[in-house]
Amino acid sequence: MDVLPKWVDTVIIPLIGVLISLIFSGIIILLIGENPIDALKLMITGALGSTYGWGYTLYYATNFIFTGLAVSVAFHARMFNIGGEGQAAIGGLGVAIVCLSFGWTHWFPALLAATLGAAIFGALWAAIPAYLQGKYGSHIVITTIMFNFIAASLLNYLLVNVMRPTGSMDPATQKFPEATSLPSLHDMLEPVGISFSKAGPANISFLIALIACVLVWIFIWHTRLGYQLRAYGHSESAAKYAGIKPFKIIMISMLISGALAGMMATNNVMGEAERLIMNSTEGAGFIGIAVALMGRSHPLGVLLAALLFGFLYQGGAELAMWTTIPRELIVVIQALVILFTGALENMVRAPLNWLWLKSRRGTS
Amino acid sequence: MNEKIKGGRHNSVAPSIELINISKAFGAVKANSNISMQIAQGSIHGIIGENGAGKSTLMSILYGFYKADKGDILIDGSKVNITDSKDAINAGIGMVFQHFKLVENFTVLENVILGVEGGQLLAPSISKARKDLRALAKEYELNVDPDATIDSLGVGLRQRVEILKALYRKARILILDEPTGVLTPAEADHLFRILNNLKKEGKTIVFITHKLREVMEITDTVSVMRQGEMTATVKTSETSPSSLAELMVGRKVLLRVEKQTSAPGNTTLEINNLNVIDNQGVQRLEDISLSVRAGEILGIAGVAGNGQSELLEVLGGITEASGSIKINGKEIALRGNEANGQSRRLQGIAHVPEDRQHLGLIMEFEAWENIALGYHNSEDYQQNRFLMSNAKIKTDAIRKMEQFDVRPNNVTLSTKGFSGGNQQKLVLSREIERNPDLLLVGQPTRGVDIGAIEFIHQQLIRLRDAGKAILLVSVELEEIMSLSDRIMVMFDGKIMGEKTPTETNEKELGLLMAGINGDTN
Repeated sequence: MDVLPKWVDTVIIPLIGVLISLIFSGIIILLIGENPIDALKLMITGALGSTYGWGYTLYYATNFIFTGLAVSVAFHARMFNIGGEGQAAIGGLGVAIVCLSFGWTHWFPALLAATLGAAIFGALWAAIPAYLQGKYGSHIVITTIMFNFIAASLLNYLLVNVMRPTGSMDPATQKFPEATSLPSLHDMLEPVGISFSKAGPANISFLIALIACVLVWIFIWHTRLGYQLRAYGHSESAAKYAGIKPFKIIMISMLISGALAGMMATNNVMGEAERLIMNSTEGAGFIGIAVALMGRSHPLGVLLAALLFGFLYQGGAELAMWTTIPRELIVVIQALVILFTGALENMVRAPLNWLWLKSRRGTS
Repeated sequence: MNEKIKGGRHNSVAPSIELINISKAFGAVKANSNISMQIAQGSIHGIIGENGAGKSTLMSILYGFYKADKGDILIDGSKVNITDSKDAINAGIGMVFQHFKLVENFTVLENVILGVEGGQLLAPSISKARKDLRALAKEYELNVDPDATIDSLGVGLRQRVEILKALYRKARILILDEPTGVLTPAEADHLFRILNNLKKEGKTIVFITHKLREVMEITDTVSVMRQGEMTATVKTSETSPSSLAELMVGRKVLLRVEKQTSAPGNTTLEINNLNVIDNQGVQRLEDISLSVRAGEILGIAGVAGNGQSELLEVLGGITEASGSIKINGKEIALRGNEANGQSRRLQGIAHVPEDRQHLGLIMEFEAWENIALGYHNSEDYQQNRFLMSNAKIKTDAIRKMEQFDVRPNNVTLSTKGFSGGNQQKLVLSREIERNPDLLLVGQPTRGVDIGAIEFIHQQLIRLRDAGKAILLVSVELEEIMSLSDRIMVMFDGKIMGEKTPTETNEKELGLLMAGINGDTN
């Protein structure tokens, strides 16, 4: 069989996609009247040129790792979980309840409990659409999208009417206790002699995200459950033949997916805002879809794609600050990346395939 | 090879079809290389070859679906340029596909004129078509009710509609792709009569098949394809099935299954009054009762779609049913949580499903991953309580693939990279090597090369001789007759009767397959 080698398929093709999207982004920047090379330089120095930039890039990347993993796990069972946004928001509720309900004295037990709370809340929020899909065939895409709106409305209600401290004008919970404040990368790297900017919001939950990557990899490719999940995802009929129960797989894949999305709240709610505010997720749930798509639903790919999107987010903010390029341009760049690495992937693959075959024929 | 002759060229008349050095490659795969052949007008020409030998590609080039990389097509002696099916039709070529291309809720007439309505108003073309159809029916025994809708017609009649469509478009050359695959023996006989009538009227017929018996029965000349090349063109009267098989495979093959008489033991499977009603309310199985003993093969014959699939799926734990099934005397669950493929495997049932690409295998998985399908909970595949051992599965896969001669012998190759026969061997190795008490086998050799068929049949006999019970479902009567120790025929969800292979013949079974119970007269 003459097929492209795996590494071309998983590494080169997404990279070419990114490159093409950067070229198109450059053209748009040219049309705005700025110099694309300067803009790229600015993005790179802004996002990666200082530990301050890294502090933000890694913070965003942490969010995207969680939501990207969430989408990936569900996607291995061919469940399109579009509800990462809502599940992450509800995960934030779990974090807030854990942080505010107990008299924490140290951040470590607080973080463990908050991670658990976030995971459970996110999982439960995903469980309802999963149940509806498994029992009644309600399409998961529709229900999870709707549950994003329900989550936003629920949080709106809770923050305005229930969780807002009396006298406060701000629809947000009160600040979490001082003891629940998570160590930032600055705090963590100082003891080993690396000076890292104090300002960046990246914190210890980045490590949790990395651990989650490893655990997801083990789960998908080295456990019976992961095997069944992939089998079901590739072929429902073959899974039934093998005695794999569809309802069980739908529930498990969506519970894990929701839990991962919910765990994002340890980063943005507990690590950064240190209280629950309105729209705390800022669309990270949706970016997760792009990250999973680009990362081929593989944890390593998700990690790399999340870093790229973290870079785009932070670099884009820098662009908006120092040039006439509007902040919205990063949305355009993101869209182009999604377009070229996801939707138009075959446009890159077909010519590459042709070149590959041609070179093979030439040498043999 | 002395059998290689110039395909029956008449002295002065140009051949109906002449192909000169046709080549077509898909990427690095040469589907057709330098194919040249001539087919005389008014003859029936068979094209045989294993799956992937290039038969379909060649016909697709002739019908304009693909463009040949090089080579010429001559129709009645003049060169034609066929770039789409319209050109083919204009050149007088008609094609009857394996999977019919009919609009199910249209009538026969409407289907016949579809695409050649010839005006804004339908009425004139309908009445013209009605007249033409009547003439065609009389001439060639092609009787179909012109006002019947397609969905009310059986497969045999649908096929006639396809032939009518081609003839209505003034086809002088008719290509039939595996036309007998879905027919009962009686329907196939009728088709052959039609083809002979067409031949008498001077039509040229190209008959693509992998069934040697049919080639011998109906064709005048036959071309054999192997690995994209045309290895021989011979006169049918001057060849034999075994030499054709040898030409197809490239080595000597055993067409008959060699086996001893069976020595059946205790009853392994006992089914009583099994009923299945599907979710549309259609009764798929009606009061099925049968039993299979250890060390015997029970063959279920029947035209596809008469409940055989449902029977296998109920036994395999995929479909729910009512009634009773006992394995080694123990009742098994037919509905609810316990009726699934996992519990069935624990009860000693292994299942080689009819549709290996949708049920038996996950095409995107690597070969070793498919070796674990259904047995993923098996203890010998685990590392510890939490982790599966991919290494253990791979070791097992290497052993099984070697045992069943799966080629290429590469456990990490994606399953879709294997040929049909090797995919089937993958499934068989997984199911047989677990040493089940009962093996369910559906269409074991569908889409499988002749060389692999021989091997698969040997493996089934080996399992039988090891004292296991086998329930075999196949639409190939030859296969059923040569493998089974007892034969049951299914029609419309019911068992029509039981026969002993040595005391029955294809005609008797064919009647039962058509729902006609011969015992009543």
